[in-house]
Amino acid sequence: MKHIHRLLLIAFFFTCLTPAFASVSDEHEHEIHQESHNKKKFEPGNFIMDHIADAYDWHVFSYGDFHFTAPLPVIVYSEHSGFHVFMSSNFHHGHSSYKGFELAKEGEYRGKVVEMVNGHHVRPFDISMTKNVVSMLISMIFLLWVFISVAKTYTKRKGQEPKGLQAYLEPIIVFVIDEIAKPAIGEKKYKKFVPFLLTIFFFIWLNNLMGLVPFIPGGANVTGNITITMVLALFTFIITTVNGNKNYWKHIFNTPGVPWWLKFPVPLMPLVELMGVFTKPFVLMVRLFANITAGHMIVLAFVSLIFIFGEMSPALGMGTSVISVFFVIFMDVLELLVALIQAYVFTLLSALYFGMAVEEHH
Amino acid sequence: MGLVTPELGTFIWMFIAFASVFFLLKKYAWPAIVDAIEERNNSIKEALLSAESAKEEMAKLQADNQKILKEARREREGMLKEAKELGDQIVREAKTKATEEAEKVVESARQAIESDKVAALSEIKAQVATLSVEIAEKVLRRQFEDDQQQKDYFQKLMKEVNIN
Repeated sequence: MKHIHRLLLIAFFFTCLTPAFASVSDEHEHEIHQESHNKKKFEPGNFIMDHIADAYDWHVFSYGDFHFTAPLPVIVYSEHSGFHVFMSSNFHHGHSSYKGFELAKEGEYRGKVVEMVNGHHVRPFDISMTKNVVSMLISMIFLLWVFISVAKTYTKRKGQEPKGLQAYLEPIIVFVIDEIAKPAIGEKKYKKFVPFLLTIFFFIWLNNLMGLVPFIPGGANVTGNITITMVLALFTFIITTVNGNKNYWKHIFNTPGVPWWLKFPVPLMPLVELMGVFTKPFVLMVRLFANITAGHMIVLAFVSLIFIFGEMSPALGMGTSVISVFFVIFMDVLELLVALIQAYVFTLLSALYFGMAVEEHH
Repeated sequence: MGLVTPELGTFIWMFIAFASVFFLLKKYAWPAIVDAIEERNNSIKEALLSAESAKEEMAKLQADNQKILKEARREREGMLKEAKELGDQIVREAKTKATEEAEKVVESARQAIESDKVAALSEIKAQVATLSVEIAEKVLRRQFEDDQQQKDYFQKLMKEVNIN
């Protein structure tokens, strides 16, 4: 119970830090600009996708025609023109091309760097430091800094009561160990997996929360990016597979308690079980991605409503904004909870898979 | 759909970053934190246990103290009683001795008196004998003067003696 109180307190603390209004106003300004500049009809689909998807620069704020974005390095290797490193500001927000590279406006590669080759868009090998990559790197450095300094505090204050940041993080660390690792893996073998579980728990939670902050260093949708969740799930998969004992593989290839004709001559059960080995991490990947992305989409959809109605008449837009802002605040608060729950679920399921992998025959 | 297509570039960055952060935290942060928490939990558990045993020890000591105190009190009482008895005995013995002594003194006094009495009696007897002899002498002297007178005189003397 005590752990949960502490967690709620911390969640509340982050609620105070997260200005739900800012997320609205930021997108508001951006859209007003786009509308006045392009004189195009507002397209909620593109608007939402642009905000959820990764980007080559990091938008800070816009005021009228003035955009302020942090340019990020574009690193591409093309079969035609070789290796290129340049800043994304060269694209001028997608309005111009640079060295034959440009941001695709439509089609399969919409928003990505493409190279014009013989009048066709060709996607180069792209290891640019995009918004998600930079945001992820910032949170990685933040995690390293926080936990190495906390570890130092632990070494310095051996046997004493926790203090400062250590006191805030200790209940969460203890929660991950006592409520996730121990029950899911078992008292005997949990220790080996604790570092990984703590790392993914704090990485996911931190990035979920950062995704809710609408300005730098937040604003990137890191845990709502399928590639990021894929890597996380891949680690869970690798660790599960590497640690799988004899009993685990026996359960897959020769499931006990199943009639023999389901295994021979057509190995139906082994196939199903083998598929399960891959679907488990796949589901982990999709669940985190879908939950975070869906949350962002709902918030953005409520914001879009303001512009849709605003295009019809400014007064209608004003009226809608009152309701929309209310729903956006509600969603943002809900997302704070989802941020924690998804971190918990991902960690818990990973722990359960590890538990299955190391379970002894009984 | 760009949204659900993994990007190779992001994948590479994320893989390297996550692997290195995981490695660094596993090496420099988590063991220190987890061990410290466990160690502290253990030390708290031990401290609680030892406090409990100290409390028991204390209670035992207190009971012991009480017992010792009680014993000491009893011993003191015994000693007092013994001393009193001894004192009484001494007084009693002294009394007996004194009485004996007194009796002895009285006895010796009595013996002295007795012996004095015997001596006195024998002296009286001797005196009487001398007197008798003197009387006899006087009688003998008068015999030759007058028989009658002699007889009377004798008689008178005899009377005198008898009075004695």
